Amino acid sequence: MSFLESTKPLSDPLAGVKQYMPVELINDAETTRLEKELEKLEQQINELLKGRPEQSLSAELEAEVRNLRAKVEGLQQQIHSRLSPMERVRNARHFDRPYTLDFAHLLFDNFQEIHGDRRYSDDPAIVCGMANFLGEPVIIIGHQKANLKSRKTEDRKERNFGMPKPEGYRKALRVMKMAEKFNRPIFCFIDTPGAYPGIEAEERGQAEAIARNLIEMSRIKVPIIITVTGEGGSGGALAIGVGDVVYILENAVYSVISPEGCAAILWKDAAKSDKAAQSMRVTAQDLKALGIVDEIIPEPKGGAHKDHKAMAQILGEYLAQALSTVRCLSTDELLEQRYEKFRRMGAFEERLLS
Amino acid sequence: MAWFKREKTGTLPSLPSEEERKVKTEGLFSKCPECSHTLFKAKLEENFYVCPKCNYHFRIDAQQRLRLIFDNGEYTEFDQNIASTDPLNFVDTKPYKERLAKTQESIGVLDALISAKGKIGGHNVIVCAMVYEFIGGSMGSVVGEKITRAIELAIKEHIGLVIVSASGGARMMEGALSLMQMAKISAALANLDQAGLPYISIMTDPTTGGVTASFAMLGDLNIAEPGALIGFAGPRVIEQTIRQKLPAGFQRSEFLLKHGMLDAVIDRKNLRSYLCQSLDFMIS
Ligand SMILES: [Zn+2]
Repeated sequence: MSFLESTKPLSDPLAGVKQYMPVELINDAETTRLEKELEKLEQQINELLKGRPEQSLSAELEAEVRNLRAKVEGLQQQIHSRLSPMERVRNARHFDRPYTLDFAHLLFDNFQEIHGDRRYSDDPAIVCGMANFLGEPVIIIGHQKANLKSRKTEDRKERNFGMPKPEGYRKALRVMKMAEKFNRPIFCFIDTPGAYPGIEAEERGQAEAIARNLIEMSRIKVPIIITVTGEGGSGGALAIGVGDVVYILENAVYSVISPEGCAAILWKDAAKSDKAAQSMRVTAQDLKALGIVDEIIPEPKGGAHKDHKAMAQILGEYLAQALSTVRCLSTDELLEQRYEKFRRMGAFEERLLS
Repeated sequence: MAWFKREKTGTLPSLPSEEERKVKTEGLFSKCPECSHTLFKAKLEENFYVCPKCNYHFRIDAQQRLRLIFDNGEYTEFDQNIASTDPLNFVDTKPYKERLAKTQESIGVLDALISAKGKIGGHNVIVCAMVYEFIGGSMGSVVGEKITRAIELAIKEHIGLVIVSASGGARMMEGALSLMQMAKISAALANLDQAGLPYISIMTDPTTGGVTASFAMLGDLNIAEPGALIGFAGPRVIEQTIRQKLPAGFQRSEFLLKHGMLDAVIDRKNLRSYLCQSLDFMIS
């Protein structure tokens, strides 16, 4: 609600975009210690298994493995709970986070970018293209927060910090329609602070562009696999987020408004973003519990920004799995399931009225 | 004589608008916030709550709106028993549960939308009207569910749909669940479209955020009242991002019309006849 209410005027010339700039996440010593412990446990399990299938283990060994696995899970939770929701948001904004183009090259073959909305312009904050996934032609669509070579501020500006304008959403839709025409699946990667709040974006119909994508994505006749890879920033994220399977990376977030924006409106104080992030339930675990995402994809130790290759490998397995699952459905079943998926979202009760 | 008839078949008590409340406390006169013209209350009411001097459109509430657009001001409300469960246990400066209970008590509706069935120009139509007084007309799970049910009912009964928006956008207190209502409603609208049924979107002051970026912009016809604030990002957010003053009239109905985002800007006094003509065109 109320984007209308006033927040304090800012005097810092970069203040406007600063909120969209990433911050380095500080991993504290305790987290590092826990991660080392976790590593040890995993090693122990591997030593016990010695590469053998689990069914072939003696009852005694099996119990031991099970025991160790429980410990691993406990530790993972412990590590996880060390990050506050706002720290997770910062992690999701980390400037070394893998972006769509990283995945396009690490996870797919022969990526060939498709530019422009054929109406107005080419939005660098959203990239689209053809590629091969496990030998099969597919379409990739995703936000792009920075140029790949350098992730410095200049290269972020060129990509408008990953904040799309209407032409970005219209390009995405155009490319989705092409995927539909040639019966190729679509992979979307979400990582944006949100749609760009600017004069031209409003003039060219930011709201209409987002709305159009929502209605059209709900009836595109090919599989759409969504992954929230970083920041799922409100309508600007959802505009490429309607699909058959919705994954989220372990440290990614998805929210209706940025924690800073929420804090500025509800607490009248942008500094209360910690509270806002907590209250809005923005973490992957929260979103899974709320039924908004289907599955959480684990990140390599220390986060996706530490090892893009490892992240791409894990993600690839999930994407392959998702694709093979939805592949079994007829087009009618696919669209019906997609409708039901979003139809179910929400929480309400029906009261007895006197 | 009042411009709407008082009888109606809705089950919840009618709510006084901001202006009506103001008028009550100030006696017989009211002041136009736009041109400062002093207006006689009865005259204002007769004039659809529009300033006769400068055409300023006062905000009217959802039930006044429904009486204005349905034939004889008659309609039947449905789904009025759906309420939020506060799925996040949300607390800001006060608990969301408390905020909800208080607002429900003071306004007399359970959430920010009224669904109603009736006739417009003799056509059976479903109208959903947003209640701006209810937490800024924000869209959470209840608004999403009610609109989706209204769309599904329109499809089942093969009738048209009108949605009157007045909203600050998605409701923060229900987090990403609110965001997902945009997708849920839009998907339902795809089915309505598929069924060849009419959907007219009326945007009133203000219509912003996730409401504009979903159903409000998806009508067969998208129209607005004069001078309404309509946009995706709020003007303050834009000002802070680009660090420039916004041009006069930015994000007002006439601005959107000029930029090709609206089919028409319709004065309140012509709204009913516009709807009648459009539905005649759409329904054979
Ligand atoms: Zn006036």
